[in-house]
Amino acid sequence: MTDFLSFSLADITAKLKAREVSATDVATAALDAAEASQGALNAFTAFDRDKTLAMAKASDERLAKGEGGLIEGAPIAIKDLFAVEGVQTTACSHILDGFKPPYESTVTTKLWNAGGVFLGKTNMDEFAMGSSNETSYYGNVINPWRAKGSDAKLTPGGSSGGSAAAVAADLCFGATGTDTGGSIRQPAAFTGTVGVKGTYGRASRWGAVAFASSLDHPGPFAKTVKDAAMLMQAMSGHDPKESTSLPLDVPDFVSAAAASIKGKKIGVPKEYRMDGMPEEIETLWQRGVEWLKAAGCEIVDVSLPHTKYALPTYYIINPAEASSNLARYDGMRYGLRVDGKDLTETYEKSRAEGFGPEVQRRILMGTYVLSAGYYDAYYLKALKVRRRILEDFDKVFETCDALLTPSTPSGAFELGSKAGDPISMYLNDIFTVTANIAGVPALSVPAGLDSSGLPLGLQVITPALDEETMFSVGAALEDAAGFNHKPGKWW
Amino acid sequence: MAVTEDDVRRIARLARIAEPTDRLTTLTGELNGILDWIEQLNEVDVDGVEPMTTPVKFPLPQRDDVVSDGGVRDKVLANAPRTEEGFFVVPKSVE
Repeated sequence: MTDFLSFSLADITAKLKAREVSATDVATAALDAAEASQGALNAFTAFDRDKTLAMAKASDERLAKGEGGLIEGAPIAIKDLFAVEGVQTTACSHILDGFKPPYESTVTTKLWNAGGVFLGKTNMDEFAMGSSNETSYYGNVINPWRAKGSDAKLTPGGSSGGSAAAVAADLCFGATGTDTGGSIRQPAAFTGTVGVKGTYGRASRWGAVAFASSLDHPGPFAKTVKDAAMLMQAMSGHDPKESTSLPLDVPDFVSAAAASIKGKKIGVPKEYRMDGMPEEIETLWQRGVEWLKAAGCEIVDVSLPHTKYALPTYYIINPAEASSNLARYDGMRYGLRVDGKDLTETYEKSRAEGFGPEVQRRILMGTYVLSAGYYDAYYLKALKVRRRILEDFDKVFETCDALLTPSTPSGAFELGSKAGDPISMYLNDIFTVTANIAGVPALSVPAGLDSSGLPLGLQVITPALDEETMFSVGAALEDAAGFNHKPGKWW
Repeated sequence: MAVTEDDVRRIARLARIAEPTDRLTTLTGELNGILDWIEQLNEVDVDGVEPMTTPVKFPLPQRDDVVSDGGVRDKVLANAPRTEEGFFVVPKSVE
C-alpha cells in the first residue's frame, strides 16, 4: 500500500495527524520508492535510512501525543546544496568529495522543526551552475516525463533537477531548491510541479553552499500551490546567522494561497513576448490572462524596458560572485586535495581536477570581469544596469499587483541537445532571471501540456515582500488550469 | 575587448586553476562568445546610476561583540584531507 505517495503534502499531513497512516510507514514507502527509482531517474545523491527512520519515529511520537508542526511526518527531499548534518553534501562537485557537514543549514533546521522528515539529498548541476542538470559530478537526472510516443531522455531542468524530478515522480511530498537565475522555476515548469522563490532574504542562505550570493534564493518544490505555501512558510524567517536575512515576521502564506484575487491588477509585460517564441507558449500565456480575468482581475499592459539586458547583466554578476565564493575551495581544510610540488601547484591541481568545465568557465569569466582594467567596464557597469532593471520593477508595481509571464521559452528538451553552446543554455532562464536580479518573489505553476504532452508553466512575479499575492494568484491559476497530469510511470 | 589565449592563461593563473592546456582554444572561443553577447549592455544609459549591490534595502545588522560559537576543534577538522595532532596539515608555504 504505497499509493499515498501520490497525495499532496496537505493531504498526507492531514492523514498523519488523523493517525490513518504512520510517519514511519510513509517514510519507509518513500525511501523504497526513491531508492528503486535511482537506476532510471538518478534524482538522489545520498540517503541515510537510519536518520530518516529515526526522524519518522520521533514524528510518530509527537503525533501520538497530538503534537507536531506544519509539515509533521512528511518526507522532504533536500537539494545537495544544503548542509544536512552528517550526510554527504557536495553541491554535486568532485571538489567536495566526501564532505559531511558537522552542522545543519538554517532552511533544513526550520523544516525539521516544522516536523519534516529528511528523505535524501537530491542531484543538481555542479554548484547550481546549469539549466539542464547535465553538469553534476553524479551524472544527469532524467525527467520522469517523456514526450508522447518517445522514450528519449529529457532534462528535468536545472539546476535543482533532482528535487523537481523527485516531486514529479511522487518520491517525496516536497523538496528544497535554490534559485539563482531560475533554478527552481525552470525545473518546476519542465516537470509539472510548483516552484517558488521568495523575496531575497526571506529564506536564509546560511548552510547552503554559496554560488552567487546576491542572487541566491532558497525555496520549495511542491505538488500544489498550497503545499508550496506550507513549505515556504516552514523554511522562511529571520536568521541572525545570515546578514541579508530579512528581520521580519513571516506572513501567513498558507491562508494567502486560499485568498480571493478579485480586483487585483495583473500586468502583462510586452518585453516577454520574444521573437521566435513557440506559438504554444504564447497561447498558454493568453489562456492564463483569460483565467485571471474570469477570476475578477483587471489586466493591464505594462513595460519592463530593460528586460533584454537581464541575462547579459546576470552573466557578469553571477560569475563574478561565483569566482569569489569558490575561492574557498583550496584543498586545505575540506574536500579534494591533489598534491603538487608546492602550495600553489597543489591549489591549481586540486581546483583543475575538482571543478567541472562549466564551473571552471564561470570562475575564469568571473576572474576576468573582476580583474584590473576590466572591473569598471564589466562588473561596475553590470551593477548599474542591475539598478535599471530593479527600477523597471519598482515602476511597474506602481500600476499593478502582480506580473503574469510564461515560466520558460519551451518545454523540457532532450539531454545533450544544448550541450556545447553556453549561450543557448543560458537563454533558458530568459523569463526567470529578472526576478533574481530584482530580488522579487516569483512562482511557477503548471498550466498545461505542449503538443508533445510535456508540461508548461506560467510565472507570477510580485513586489518585494508580497509573497501573499504571489500565492493567491498562483492558486487561482492552478484552480483554473485544473492541471492533473502525471508522468506515466516507466521507471 | 577580445580575450586571447594568453589572457585565459593569465586568468587561470589568477584563479589558481592549472592551465587548461587541452581546452585553451575552446575556452578562449567560449569566453569571447559570452563577452560579445554581453557587449549589448553598452546600449544602456547608466549615467549617474548608483551601482546596485543588494535587492532589498535593509541596514546590515550588527550582533553583540561576544563569543557565540566555537570550541569545536574536532568538528572543524573532521573533513580535512590531512590533520595531525589537532592541526590542518598543508604543503610548506614559507621558505
